[in-house]
Amino acid sequence: MANPYPHKYPDSRSGHLLHRLYALQEQFLHISPESVQQVAAEFNVPVSQVASVVEFYSFFYTQPRGRFHILFSNCTSCGYLLQEQNLMLMLCQQLQVTLGKTRQDGLISIDETSCIGMCDHGASLLVNGVPITGLNPDRIAQIARRIATETPVADWPTEWFAVHDTVHQRNLLLAEQFVSGSALQRAFDQGAESTLTAILQSGLRGRGGAGFDTGKKWQFCREAPGETRYVVCNADEGEPGTFKDRLLLHDHADALFEGMAVCAFIIGAEKGFVYLRGEYRYLLPHLHAALKGRRKQGLLEQHILGHAHFHFDIEIVVGAGAYICGEESALIESLEGKPGIPRIRPPFPVTHGYLNQPTVVNNVETLIAAAHITVHGSAWFKSVGTEKSSGSKILSVSGDCQLPGIYEYPFGVTIQQVLDDCGAQNARAVQIGGPAGRLIGAADFHHAISFEDVSTGGSFLVFGQQRDLLAIHCNFAHFFAHESCGFCVPCRVGTQLLKCHVDKIANGRGTAQDIAEMKQIGQLIERHSHCGLGHTAANHVLDGLQHFPQTFTANLQQHFTARFDLDQALEDARQITQRDAAAHLD
Amino acid sequence: MQASQNTITIDGREIPFTAGQTIMDAALAAEVYIPHLCHYPGLPPSGNCRLCVVEIGNRSAAACITQAAAGQEIRNNTSELNAARKALTQMLFVEGNHICPSCEKTGNCKLQAMGYYLGMLEDHFPYFYQRRETDASHPDILLDRSRCILCDLCVRASREVDGKNVFAIAGRGTEAHLIVNSPTGKLADSTMETTDLAATICPVGAILIKEQGYRVPIGQRIYDQHTIRDIGLQEHATKKQEEK
Repeated sequence: MANPYPHKYPDSRSGHLLHRLYALQEQFLHISPESVQQVAAEFNVPVSQVASVVEFYSFFYTQPRGRFHILFSNCTSCGYLLQEQNLMLMLCQQLQVTLGKTRQDGLISIDETSCIGMCDHGASLLVNGVPITGLNPDRIAQIARRIATETPVADWPTEWFAVHDTVHQRNLLLAEQFVSGSALQRAFDQGAESTLTAILQSGLRGRGGAGFDTGKKWQFCREAPGETRYVVCNADEGEPGTFKDRLLLHDHADALFEGMAVCAFIIGAEKGFVYLRGEYRYLLPHLHAALKGRRKQGLLEQHILGHAHFHFDIEIVVGAGAYICGEESALIESLEGKPGIPRIRPPFPVTHGYLNQPTVVNNVETLIAAAHITVHGSAWFKSVGTEKSSGSKILSVSGDCQLPGIYEYPFGVTIQQVLDDCGAQNARAVQIGGPAGRLIGAADFHHAISFEDVSTGGSFLVFGQQRDLLAIHCNFAHFFAHESCGFCVPCRVGTQLLKCHVDKIANGRGTAQDIAEMKQIGQLIERHSHCGLGHTAANHVLDGLQHFPQTFTANLQQHFTARFDLDQALEDARQITQRDAAAHLD
Repeated sequence: MQASQNTITIDGREIPFTAGQTIMDAALAAEVYIPHLCHYPGLPPSGNCRLCVVEIGNRSAAACITQAAAGQEIRNNTSELNAARKALTQMLFVEGNHICPSCEKTGNCKLQAMGYYLGMLEDHFPYFYQRRETDASHPDILLDRSRCILCDLCVRASREVDGKNVFAIAGRGTEAHLIVNSPTGKLADSTMETTDLAATICPVGAILIKEQGYRVPIGQRIYDQHTIRDIGLQEHATKKQEEK
C-alpha cells in the first residue's frame, strides 16, 4: 500500500515542534497566526500543519489566555465537584471571570480539562501548568486573593503544590531496589539474544491495558527491516483515574530509562523518546536531572558502560493535552509534530513507526518491569501472577474509599480484595480501566484483575452507595466527546450523540426511546470506529445499561418529550428582557 | 468455502486479488460494490467515513484500508452492515448543515446519493447546527464548510495529484474543519485553480466552482440518472488525470 504518511519529521534544529509552540505561547500567552507562520518557516513545514497542530491540542490557545491560567480537572476523582459545591464556578465568581473566557484585563482565565492524574489528592487544578491539589472552598478563596493581588505563582505556599505518592501495597516492582546500570550490565554479559529470551519467557505483557506480549513486540521490531530503530516510552497516562505513572516517573525514572536502554540494545535502537503528557510537565525538571545523572554515569550517549558498539540517548517530548495520544500510532504522529490522529494499522509501529522506522512503544510500567526482569530473570517475574498474566500490576485506586493511592498486586487479585484493602466497604460499583474500561457491580467483585479476566491499564475508580451513577455516565460521555480526535464518523459524531442522550436523561427529559438509541449508537461506535478510543468509548454506557439499567430508567418521562427544551432556549432572552419569566410554554 | 491462494470471498462470491490490494481494490476490480464516500480509486485511502465497513469473521474492518489476504471470507451486502452505513450517513447529515433542496450540488452529491441508495428516509439524529465559516474569497471557487463531511478527499487530491497541498483538516472531534494552507487561511491566497482535481473531487457541496450553477438542470444530474453504485464502480482518479 502507498505510504499515507510521506512527510518526514520537520527540521528539528530548533527543538520539537510542540516545544517551540509551547515556548511561543509562554511568551505571548497564545499562538497567533504570525507565530504559526513563523514556526512553519522555522521547521520548513506547511502553515496548515502547524495550524492543525495548534487546533488539535487542548493546551494550545489561539486567543490570549490570562496571565494566570487555571485548568480544573473534571475527573470524577480529582474534579472540581466537591459534594454539593462547584469549586470551579466558585473561583470564577470570586474573580469575576466567565468560564472559558479570559477576563478583560487579561489577568485570569479559567477552564476545565480532562483528568490531570491527581485522583488520590482530591480536587485539583493546574495553574500555569503546575498542579495544586487538595482543593476546598478555603483554598479557592486563598487562590483568588493571590490572583487578585497578582502574586506570582512561585510565591504561593509550597505545600499547595505538594504531590505525595502514597504506596499502600508493594509487590515485585515497587518492593525492589534498582541499581543503575545493573540491567544493562546483565544484558551486555548475556547478549541481546539471551536478554530477549528472558523477556519472552517472563510472559511480560503491555501494562497499558491492551496486553500485547512485550518480548514478541521487541522481537518483531528487532527483525523488521529498517535504516534505524526507535524505542518510545508512552508516558501519556491520560485514562481518567490513572496516576501510577506519576509515581513511577518520579521515583523510578532510573529503572524506566534503563528499561528503554535494554530495549534499545535488543532491537538495535540508538534513540529513545519519552512522550510525557502535558499534564505532567511539572515532572520535567526531575526527569531531565535523572537523564543528566545517567549521562554522568556513562549510562547514556556513546559507548554505554564502555560497550564498543552500543550508543543510546533519550529525549523527552511533552504533549499538549490530548487523550488520544495514548494510542501508540497517534503518539507517534504527535512525536512527528503532527495532530494525534491514529494511523491505519497494519502496518504496526514495530515495522513502520516513528519516521516510518521500526519502533517499540511501551508503557512506563512495562519498561520498568523489563529492566527488573533483565536483572532478576524470568522465573523471578513468573513467580507471581496467573498463567496468562505473569508478574504484578500497579493500580491507581481512587474515588469513594478511605485509602486512595498506589497498590501493587500480583495479577489475579480479586476486585473484592482491592476494595477491602483500600477501605471501600459497601462499594456500589467500580470502574476498572477508567472510562474506557468496564463498569462492574458488586455481583462481579469476585472477578480477578488479569488479562484473561478484568484487564486494566491501572485505573480503579470506586463508587460508593451514595454516588450518582448517572452523573458518572454524563462525565464519561462528555470526556469521550471532548477527546475524540474527529477522524472517523462513528466516533466523532457518535460520541456527541451519546453525550446528548445521557444529558437528556440526566435533565429528566429522557424517554424509553433514548435508551434504545443509546444502545444502537453505542454498538455502532464500538464496532465500526477506527481505533481503540472509539472501540471503548461506549463501554460505560453499554455496561451501565446492562448492569445498572435503573440508572437510566429511574427518571424517564412516560410520553414523548421533545429534545428541544423551549423553556431552556428562552431563558437567556427572558433574563435579558426580564419579562415573561413566569410564562410556561408547553 | 474453499478459497485458492489469491482469492477472497465477498458475500460468498470468490474474487481474485493481487498482492498489495485492499479489499476495496479487489472488490471494485471485480465490480463488487462496497459503499464508500471518502475513498476514490487512485488516491491513497483514508478510512475516515467508515461506510465501507465489512465483516471478516467477528471483526469489522474498513475495506478501503484493509489488505486483502488469501481466504478472507467477507460479509458486505448484509442488512446489519447496510443499517450501520445508513446510520453513518445520517450522522454526516446531522453533523453538518446540509441544504439539499437549495444546494447547487443536489443531484450530483454523493452524500445525498448514498442516502437514497441506503434507503434513508429521515435524518433520525438531532441536528448539531454547527457554525462553520464560508470562504468566498477565491474568484472561481467557493468553500462552504457547512456542507463539508471531512472526507479528506480534497486534501489528498491536492497533495497527491495536484501537487499543491492546498488543504488540511484541523481541530479535534466535532470541531474538526477544513483549513486552507495559505498565510491568511483564505482560499484566494492559495494556489488553487478550477482545473485542480481538488476543485472537483468534493463529494458534497463544500467546494463549488463558481458561475456554473445549474448548467445541468435538476433532474438530469448524475444521481438523478444513476445510483451511486453504478458511478462508484466506474470511478478512477487515474482516468480523471488522463482527462485532465
